[in-house]
Amino acid sequence: MSDHALSITLFVLFVAATLAITFWASRQNRSASDYYAGGRSFSGFQNGMAIGGDYMSAASFLGIAGIIALSGIDGFLYSIGFLVAWLVALLLVAELMRNSGKYTMADVLAFRMSPRPVRTAAGVSTIVVSIFYLLAQMVGAGALVGLLFGITSTAGKALTIVVVGLLMIIYVVVGGMRGTTWVQIVKAVLLMAGAALITLLVLGHFGFNLSDLLGTAAQQSGKGDAFLNHGLKYGVEAKGLASKLDLISLGLALVLGTAGLPHILIRFYTVPTAKDARKSVLWGIGIIGVFYLFTLVLGFGAAALVGSKAIADQNKAGNTAAPQLALKIGQLLFGDVGGTILLAVIAAVAFATILAVVAGLTLASSSSFAHDLYAHVFRRGNATERQEITVARISALVIGAVSIGLGILAQSLNVAFLVALAFAVAASGNLPAILYSLFWKRFNTAGAVSAIYGGLLSAVILVIFSPVVSGSATAMFPDVDFHWFPLENPGLVSIPIGFLCGYLGTVLSKRYDSVKYAEMEVRSLTGAGAEKATSH
Amino acid sequence: MTTRQDESSGYEQVQAGAEFQELRRRYRNWAFPVTVAFLVWYLLYVVMSAWARGFMGTKVLGDINVALIFGALQFVSTFLIAWLYARHADRKLDPLADKLRGEIEGVRGE
Repeated sequence: MSDHALSITLFVLFVAATLAITFWASRQNRSASDYYAGGRSFSGFQNGMAIGGDYMSAASFLGIAGIIALSGIDGFLYSIGFLVAWLVALLLVAELMRNSGKYTMADVLAFRMSPRPVRTAAGVSTIVVSIFYLLAQMVGAGALVGLLFGITSTAGKALTIVVVGLLMIIYVVVGGMRGTTWVQIVKAVLLMAGAALITLLVLGHFGFNLSDLLGTAAQQSGKGDAFLNHGLKYGVEAKGLASKLDLISLGLALVLGTAGLPHILIRFYTVPTAKDARKSVLWGIGIIGVFYLFTLVLGFGAAALVGSKAIADQNKAGNTAAPQLALKIGQLLFGDVGGTILLAVIAAVAFATILAVVAGLTLASSSSFAHDLYAHVFRRGNATERQEITVARISALVIGAVSIGLGILAQSLNVAFLVALAFAVAASGNLPAILYSLFWKRFNTAGAVSAIYGGLLSAVILVIFSPVVSGSATAMFPDVDFHWFPLENPGLVSIPIGFLCGYLGTVLSKRYDSVKYAEMEVRSLTGAGAEKATSH
Repeated sequence: MTTRQDESSGYEQVQAGAEFQELRRRYRNWAFPVTVAFLVWYLLYVVMSAWARGFMGTKVLGDINVALIFGALQFVSTFLIAWLYARHADRKLDPLADKLRGEIEGVRGE
């Protein structure tokens, strides 16, 4: 059996298992709370696993390992930012959101504001952030399939995007939050097991001597000691101050974006109480932290055993470093058959990873469309639960179809920057609105709307006029140049703009509701009146 | 509308009460300074990775340098803060929050 046949077989097994789970989960779905929040009946540990499954995207698994394999420790910056970010979620957001919200991010933002303008803004922001993230994953899936399964034709890649899109639509439309959560749990187990296995084999190969692994990696990278220090990819000395400010800008967006990502925030609603939300973040931090330590070994291991040049030859961004390492370490330790098997396992895991993440994004954006825009803005709160869920399913279908279409159109474009942009928008628009609404009594409708649109627009506009869209060889449109903003990452400017807009919008408008703030503050801290789990 | 008014003013009474103020103080006095601290500690790593490369490249143990150890310490501090917060919440926040919730929901007949 060829390696591709084995990869595809394993992947088909994963798909069959997750589809079975999805249909089983759908039989337990009765109410809106089941569809949007999995009946709030997951345990802290289960939701912690699902948080890991939702968060550890292909960008984390293949992307970070690839950056480390090509540019050394610079890739570690991503891991650190992505992990530390969870403390913001744990200390400031998770429990309070669980206590005061219901199904979407906008529930918390609209709690004491005029519902229509705030839900419109939050809904728009949720859909924009999710579509950016979704598009990056879809295009990534198309590119990966060529490398992992040997499909290289444009039609073959387009077909892959269609298959990924159809599967995610089925998970979401049929299974709702309950089905999607189980897909994410299964994926997290597989990803952790796969990454742990390769990590152990690599460390074992180097006699569990980390220094030896690093030294060999530095040597095989062709860059020597510079490989173990910062500056090969981010904040490059030769590019001057702008490059270093870009590094700070990226670091800020990573650490502040997570607690504003809608598909992460709605995970806190799937558990019975705020205490379970806390437990799930604690499990999530443990799982995600250990996983990023694995990716460090995978990245340096790939550099040491495969060599940076052989990795860059296969994929310029290094996205195939982890699968190439799996093949190599398998061959070294168990011969050709071993290499083939390990490669197949890692390739299938990479695809499972993409599927679980895109399902979470589709669920978050379609839930927000149905609950925020349709039920509260268009129907002014007069839609029945049944109508709302029908609209949620239809919008999942539409969002899925749109992302399939955009994914195919964007296939040949470099859209890797979209993940960083999603984090920047979340940090610039959503996070200020969430923090102000949870902690600032004076905050009001004008403030919430200004923060969300101010942060969203400034991040998106700055990126449109940055070197990632035009005016550089690696840009989305390399042949034209209309850039004037020097940084690739907008966070350094757009995050302060978001917080400032929220502040100015608030103080320039006289209205605020101290009675509703009392209710929100008491409920968010005590859990009184919080949404209960449904029992079946 | 009257029930809604009563309910809301009930929350204002709870908010003004000594026990709730104590819960709020315990939560904010822990969460806010610690958030500032870990953000500063994280940004120190980011800033040093841009402007203190000589120091970050110093080898400490074989090929293990300061940058790697500093990065690993970010993981250690994250795990530690998460654990300390869980302990603080268990001991200092949950008992008070549970008591207040019981009182509020008891009054409202839920």
